[in-house]
Amino acid sequence: MATDGLHENETLASLRSEAESLKGKLDEERAKLHDVELHQVAERVEALGQFVMKTRRTLKGHGNKVLCMDWCKDKRRIVSSSQDGKVIVWDSFSTNKEHAVTMPCTWVMACAYAPSGCAIACGGLDNKCSVYPLTFDKNENMAAKKKSVAMHTNYLSACSFTNSDMQGCDKKAMVWDMRSGQCVQAFETHESDINSVRYYPSGDAFASGSDDATCRLYDLRADREVAIYSKESIIFGASSVDFSLSGRLLFAGYNDYTINVWDVLKGSRVSILFGHENRVSTLRVSPDGTAFCSGSWDHTLRVWA
Amino acid sequence: MSATNNVAQARKLVEQLRLEAGLERVKVSKAASDLMGYCERQARADPLLVGVPASENPFKDKKPCAIL
Repeated sequence: MATDGLHENETLASLRSEAESLKGKLDEERAKLHDVELHQVAERVEALGQFVMKTRRTLKGHGNKVLCMDWCKDKRRIVSSSQDGKVIVWDSFSTNKEHAVTMPCTWVMACAYAPSGCAIACGGLDNKCSVYPLTFDKNENMAAKKKSVAMHTNYLSACSFTNSDMQGCDKKAMVWDMRSGQCVQAFETHESDINSVRYYPSGDAFASGSDDATCRLYDLRADREVAIYSKESIIFGASSVDFSLSGRLLFAGYNDYTINVWDVLKGSRVSILFGHENRVSTLRVSPDGTAFCSGSWDHTLRVWA
Repeated sequence: MSATNNVAQARKLVEQLRLEAGLERVKVSKAASDLMGYCERQARADPLLVGVPASENPFKDKKPCAIL
């Protein structure tokens, strides 16, 4: 028994030292390839002109904080969920509410539109992900047709109809291979919790927004952080990020009620958008890139273009 | 019991780090120029970047004509 204990301790110690040396090797390998900064390479790119982006639509109707939203592939419908327990489907052109479902719990933290446009998924403190088929038949009770598709051990914070292969947990961003279930890359450079991650349109990089008041860009092939989007004047956390279609612009919603628009390549801020009267909690660019929508704790959603 | 758990955890961590260390990486200069290339190629098709005329953007109000 005593010898077994000794053996185990040796193995543990040797494994731990191997882990340390591997971590050191990883840092070395990453540093070797750090031959230049993204913004230096981007110096030869033309600077962006003035941006005029305004609120074009305000969607009012939720009775409490808007927690999540998603666009329908038809580029006009939006689904949003709120702490008031409601999930609403809007026509963003007319601002009409097309569907409303009351969830059995408050804090509906996640919602998503099905690619087919025929259903929405949502969940929150009920620990479930439920799918509701959308029907225009007034006689149909949407709640009656709901299907539970997943049961979690804790609250649902995000859901997506496509393989969501990224996860921001704590200060680490991890990239997963959905087929093997393995984590293939991990990045830990943020100084606080990561609230949002989004793939760069080409798929070769991703951006993150964090409570440390910065957004960062990580390149998957260089396997490192390649840009930080921050300003001394920005001291509140970034809750949600999304790219414009070409990936040149990064829109980020912050807890100080503003939306900052960043030049992804040069690292500079191109615009700051005011309008929300409380934290911006969610932000998505429309499928055709003509506009983006932000949801806020001020109970409203705004469409900007 | 906890000893075996620790060893199992440590083994998993080492395996994971070996995986990550074995990744093929490219230089930042190459990765950066690829990102720039993508932006440049897609720029024209990015409505929020180049702006689209009010008539083509469903969210922008079309100004009514005024007869002076």
